[in-house]
Order: sequence, then structure tokens, then C-alpha cells
Amino acid sequence: MSAPLDARIPDGPVGEKWDRHKFEMKLVNPANKRKHTVLVVGSGLAGASAAASLAELGYQVKCFCFQDSPRRAHSIAAQGGINAAKNYQNDGDSVYRLFYDTVKGGDFRSREANVYRLAQVSLNIIDQCVAQGVPFAREYGGLLANRSFGGAQVSRTFYARGQTGQQLLLGAYQALERQVGLGRLRMYPRTEMLDLVVIDGRARGIVVRDLVSGAVTSHAGDVVVLATGGYGNVFYLSTNAKGSNCTAIWRAYKRGAGFANPCYTQIHPTCIPQSGEHQSKLTLMSESLRNDGRVWVPKQQRDTRPPNQIPDADRDYYLERKYPSFGNLSPRDIASRAAKEVCDEGRGVGPGGRGVYLDFADAIKRLGVETIRERYGNLFEMYERITAENPYTVPMRIYPAVHYTMGGLWVDYNLMSTIPGLHVAGEANFSDHGANRLGASALMQGLADGYFVIPYTVGDYIGSAKLERVDESHPAFRDAERGVSERTARLLAIDGTRTVDSFHRELGKVMWDYCGMARNAKGLAYALEKIPEIRADFWRTVDVPGSAAELNQALEKAGRVADFLELGELICRDALERRESCGAHFREEFQTPDGEALRDDAHFAHVAVWQYRGDDQPPERLEEPLEFENVHLSQRSYK
Amino acid sequence: MKFTLHVWRQASASATGAFATYQATDISADMSFLEMLDAVNESLIERGDEPVAFDNDCREGICGMCGMMINGVAHGPMRATATCQLFMRHFKDGDTIYIEPWRARAFPVIKDLVVDRSAFDRVIASGGFITAPTGGARDANNILVPKSDADDAMDSAACIGCGACVAACPNGSASLFTGAKIAHLGVLPQGQAERRQRVLRMIAQMDEEGFGGCTWHGECHEACPKAISLDVIARMNGDYLRALWTSHEEKHEQAGG
Repeated sequence: MSAPLDARIPDGPVGEKWDRHKFEMKLVNPANKRKHTVLVVGSGLAGASAAASLAELGYQVKCFCFQDSPRRAHSIAAQGGINAAKNYQNDGDSVYRLFYDTVKGGDFRSREANVYRLAQVSLNIIDQCVAQGVPFAREYGGLLANRSFGGAQVSRTFYARGQTGQQLLLGAYQALERQVGLGRLRMYPRTEMLDLVVIDGRARGIVVRDLVSGAVTSHAGDVVVLATGGYGNVFYLSTNAKGSNCTAIWRAYKRGAGFANPCYTQIHPTCIPQSGEHQSKLTLMSESLRNDGRVWVPKQQRDTRPPNQIPDADRDYYLERKYPSFGNLSPRDIASRAAKEVCDEGRGVGPGGRGVYLDFADAIKRLGVETIRERYGNLFEMYERITAENPYTVPMRIYPAVHYTMGGLWVDYNLMSTIPGLHVAGEANFSDHGANRLGASALMQGLADGYFVIPYTVGDYIGSAKLERVDESHPAFRDAERGVSERTARLLAIDGTRTVDSFHRELGKVMWDYCGMARNAKGLAYALEKIPEIRADFWRTVDVPGSAAELNQALEKAGRVADFLELGELICRDALERRESCGAHFREEFQTPDGEALRDDAHFAHVAVWQYRGDDQPPERLEEPLEFENVHLSQRSYK
Repeated sequence: MKFTLHVWRQASASATGAFATYQATDISADMSFLEMLDAVNESLIERGDEPVAFDNDCREGICGMCGMMINGVAHGPMRATATCQLFMRHFKDGDTIYIEPWRARAFPVIKDLVVDRSAFDRVIASGGFITAPTGGARDANNILVPKSDADDAMDSAACIGCGACVAACPNGSASLFTGAKIAHLGVLPQGQAERRQRVLRMIAQMDEEGFGGCTWHGECHEACPKAISLDVIARMNGDYLRALWTSHEEKHEQAGG
């Protein structure tokens, strides 16, 4: 094993680390900031907030996104809310409690120091967003409203109807556009990063393709920040946007950045079930619905009666039965696995028996239809639009779907990867959620990284590193551009017989069947044989029409799927090596007698970090040990 | 289900476009409009033709990336519905469907159904924000916002920036889009300091981008996937007049162009 990974966690008690570190970090003279260029890839919550904040500080910022506008990044689709330890409800919340809940919710596989900082800056995020004009829900007196969410026992979630992600992203986007208007930030929409350029061991730039003209060009800088989101689309069907991809982080991995815990993929319990083979994506229904909806399936197998003709005595409210204290609000991983179990037993409902009921009848009886409409009206409409069923009268059908990836590029406390100068923010990094993310914590982490961590740590890096001037004329850029163009030419030249989507579906099915909600050694070993076969087939028989010098969406997809075909293998490898169950990673061989995840803290209380060593040999598995000084290791129990 | 599609094909911004006719077969009623186009594209690729280029991303009606004229109507026949949330069950088996890109001077076609909407970003950059640099905010509960104002702000802030309003307007006006942002920020206490300057700058930018003026057809509201109210335009116009009358500084700016 090579040198152990140093997370550069500051000394001192967990509550003082960040303040102390902020003081100890190097500053960059205001007059010098404009001499430094920061490249931000991705314009979601993490990317837009980082780009705007860095430009406000005076750095030269360039920001890149593949969509036609930075406002469209997939953060926009987050529904439920954002956590913050404001304790506005006087219900016992605190920074320490949010920290504690997050470490426990992550099943003790996250880094305490990072999580504590996240909980600390959660307070500033809400202040910042309100100052920008984010229209959070309010009480009649004008104060901010809160709700409890996703298994939390305090009300710490701030929300803007069912469109919290949209409103937070528009706040960050407007801050970003303000910098564009002031000439301090240059935005490159419809531009995709296809390689990272590393010079003398430091990240010094990126190679991008202009998605309209097809031109491949380089951008040099002092720091590269990747905020390119998660890789859930490796499963083909997920709640991610169609364009969400792993290409930027995968290219960085192949340039030397360690990839941490790729097997931690979150399956969200409340999504609309798949209706057929044609389906191109899955739609999430906010889990706030579980506050009032009751989850059930028939007690008998293959009970084909319509739901309203199944009497209470023949229904199994299985979450309430198995987890009496959390009931329908059990954490995501637990609720998802429980749904899979009852469907595996043949008690699922709807087409293919892959669904469970989420029933609002009792809540409507108790609160009235108007209250329910006010709380969930837009979600009910969305459900009816997709399924043509009215959830006010017929219970919703839901099923788990791939939603979020806790794994990502390894970063230290400063959010810097194993490549100096390459910072990673938001879902693209692995840092804060451990093996399972709690509801309303993704928005918090994206904005924490972008508004309140990256602006400090990027300055520290620039202030401490002796960076030589590098521009795009450096031969490393020519080499990387050539590599990108050759790969594109290779994809176009195959001229085979199968579409890119057909390969993506095939990969997704293998991933879902063998590396989804439950995994075992035999299935993972099979997937590890199968994925390289699909990949070889892809490079032999894929058909990518059109040319490189135009808007070519099939070509864009082909490049992304080619990378998913490599990442999928790494995910399965990581899942096979982690011989324990923790959070969202459930290995069937490792469970308690009553079917809960069984951790092995003696052997696996660490972050697994994969280091690329070339296409012809398997990657090396490194470890970052995790130490728990504040939250004591215990088995999670939500009973 | 089966459909006959007439789809606008245009190789690039400078090329001449024309309709091409395709048969969409084996379409399920549960498919979204975009999934129907996916199926057509798969069959085009399989027979060696170029697939139809169209923008899309989240496919849950919130990112605003998708949008096309369907039988002459922006986002198609369902009210308050983005193209990705339109399902084939709302069409009749055997229907003929015309599909075109947004047509507006300020949104030039890039390819097939893909248009350039960067003008919207420039309108926001001109003033569609509250100046609040990171770090200086006071405690969030120190700013009281009456619930009804917060609700009004949210109604306007729900705009997804898809451009259907512009495409539906006979004048190619961006008034609903711009008005929605002005109403969102202008109704909140945080947005008052820049209220006059905001409306003057955003309207000036809107004109510069080549959007037309508003003559109250109301087509924008009919086409809007979020059913943004026409009230936002009235509010924008009110703010504009007030700003012209009350702000010396901005009057100079206007005079200076």
C-alpha cells in the first residue's frame, strides 16, 4: 500500500476545528486575487454558489455547464427542503444534534470533522439565501416555517413549496449572473469538460468540447473546482436528469484523483414505479409525503383487489409494524429495502408487482382534503399527470429508485482531491453523508461547500502553493486535446449496429439487478464479468451517427455511456470488497437476525479510496481510517 | 398507438429548414412526448438517419430545458404542462402532429428543435437579482415576510425559464418572463433597495435582445407550464412607470441609453 491518505483534519475539539482552521488558512491579497483564475465545472448548487462567491472575492472565474443555461442544473429538481440547525422551533435542535443525526444517519461511515462543519455553516446558508430573496415558506407572522423531514425528530427543514431546490438554485444562479453582468465571471454554457490537465502534479486546466460547434479547446487556471453532481445514471433509470453524468469526475479519476466509496448509492423510497420498457427516467415524489401518507401492501400474495376493496385487516402497514417509533418516517435506506422485501415476497402492487401503496385516506379524513391539497397539491398533480390516477381517491403507488450517490471523488478537509489544485464540491465529492444521506441534506451540503468552504480553501491553496504561470500553449494541453479528439473520432468510426441507449439500458439492468438495493458476492462477481463484456461490445458495435463538428447529442451520450461502462465496474468492485452492510450498501451475507444492516467496524470503519493504475490492471484500494471521537459507534435502530 | 409526425429539421443556424415526415409506431399511451421522440430517434439511428436534436434534461417539468411547438402550441395541448410532462394518452391514435422549435427573433435556431435562449440569462444578469454577496447576511428571521407576500413571491418565482411565453406571443415578447422575476424580487422586503434600478435595467436589456413589446394578448399565460399570472406584467409596468418618474439617477441612465 502507498502512503496513507491524509485528510488534513485540523487539531482540537470538533466544535473548534473549523474556526481555528479559518484563522490558520492563508489569505490572498485582494490585489492579487484577480491574477488567479479558477475554473468551476458545473453550475448546480455547489458550482453556482462557489463560482459566484469566488468572483465576489475578486478571482477570475470561468464556469462551465453542459446545459444551455446554468439555471438548469439538476439541483433544480430537488423538492423537499434544506436542513439547518436554527432551532427556530425551540424543539431541541442544535448544531451538535444535526451533526449527530448526520453521522448516525450515514451509518458511521463519514468523517466527523466535515459533518460538524456542515452543521455549523447550515445556519449561514439560510441567512444567505433569505438575503438573496429565496421565497421560503412563512408562518402568518412572517417568520420562517419549518417541517420535520426524512426521519428527523426535530423540525429543521426549510422549504419553498415542493420546489426548494429550484428556489435555492435560482438564488445562486442570480448571484452568478450578477457577477457575469459585472464582467468578473465568464459563463460557458453548452460546454462539456472532457479531460483534466495535470502539470507537475497539479491540476492546471481542463479540456472542453463546445457542444454546438464541436470545437475542442483548453482552459488553463490555478485551481479547478469540479461540481458536476452524482453518477446515479450509471443505473440508466434514476431520478437524475437525462444529462447527468460522471464524465468530469471519471476523467479526473483517470488522471490520478482517488475515487471514494463508489458503492454508496442511495435508493430513494418514494418514486413513481416504472410503467414500461420505454421509460427514460424515474420521477421522485418528495418524501415529505411520508409525513402524512401511510405505506402498505396487501397481506396476501398477489391480491388483485382494487385498494379500496382491501379491508384494513388484510393490509400490512409494514413500516409501522416493523419500526413502531419511526414508522412511515424511517430513513431512506430502511424504507427502500423494506419495500423491496415485500415485493420480493410477491405482495407488491401495480404492473409487474413492483410497487407499494402510499395512502392518504386517513390523513384526508383527519385533516380534510384542503389541508392535504395545500401541503402536497403540486406533488399530487405531478403524480396524476404521469400515472393518470388521482391520489386523492386512489392510493399512490411508489417504488424505490436510484436517487443520489454518496460516493465520489475523495477530498480532504479542504475539499481538495488527491491531485493538488483539484477541488471537488457537492454531490461530486464523497465527503459528508457516509453510507446514507438524510433527507434535505443534499441542498445543505451543496451550498455549504460552495458558499462557505470552497471560497476559503481555494484561497488557502493559492496562498500556500507556489504556482508557476501556465497557459494554454503548454504541451500538456495539446496532448489532452489530441486525446479527446481521438476518442471522439474513435466513437464515430465504429459505425456499428446498436444505439448508445441500448447499451446504457443493458448496463443499467446489470447494475440494478446485482448492485442495487441488495448485493451479494455471487451477483457482484457476475456483474464484474458481465460489465467488461458489455463495454467491449460497445466499443465494437455501437452506432454513433453524425460528425464531431456539430451539435451531436448521440455523440455526447456515447462519451458519457463509455465512462459509465467503466465506472459501473468500479462500483461493483467496491461493493464486493466492502464485506459488511452499512447504510445504503446492503450485502445480503451481512445482516442481523431481523434483517438489518450489520456493520463490521473492526475491518471496515474506513473510507475506501480507489486509485487508477492504467486500463490494463485493476485499481489499487487505499483506506482512510475513520475515527469517532464524539458520536459513538452503535447499531442504528429506528424501531 | 401510431402517429404521423411532421418534424422541423434544420442542420444549423444558417441552413434552411424544412419539415420531414416520420411514422411513430408502437407508442405506448404511458410514454411522455419526449419518450415518443426517443423512440423515433432510436429507429432513425437504426436505419442510418440522423436523429432529431431536441433539448431536454430533468424530464420532470422543472429545469425548463425542453420545449417545442406542438401543433402550433407551445408545449402542446395540455394547460400548465411542460413538454416532458405531456403524455401520449392525451393524443388520439393515428393523430398527425406538427413539431417545430420555438420561433422568435431573440431565440435563433441552433439545430432542429434546439434554440438559443441565452438572451434570458442576459436579462437576469442585467438586474434580475438582489445584491447580497456571500457572508454578510443577518439572521434570516430578522426579515419578516408576511405569508401572503411570500406566497405571491413564490408564485412568480416558479418560472422555469423555458421560453414558451416568448414562443407563444405574437410579438415575441419576454414580458411574462421578465415580469415574473421583477414581481418575485419586488414583492419581498429584501428586494426594495434595487427595485427601480432593476426594472429599468431589465427592460432595457429585454429590448436590446430583440424581444417584442407586450400588447396584452395573454398567449404567454396560456402557454406557461407554471401558469404564471399576467399580473406580473402589470406589476412590471407599474414599477417601470414609477421608476421613470421618481429616479433621477436612472432617468440619466435612460437618457444616456
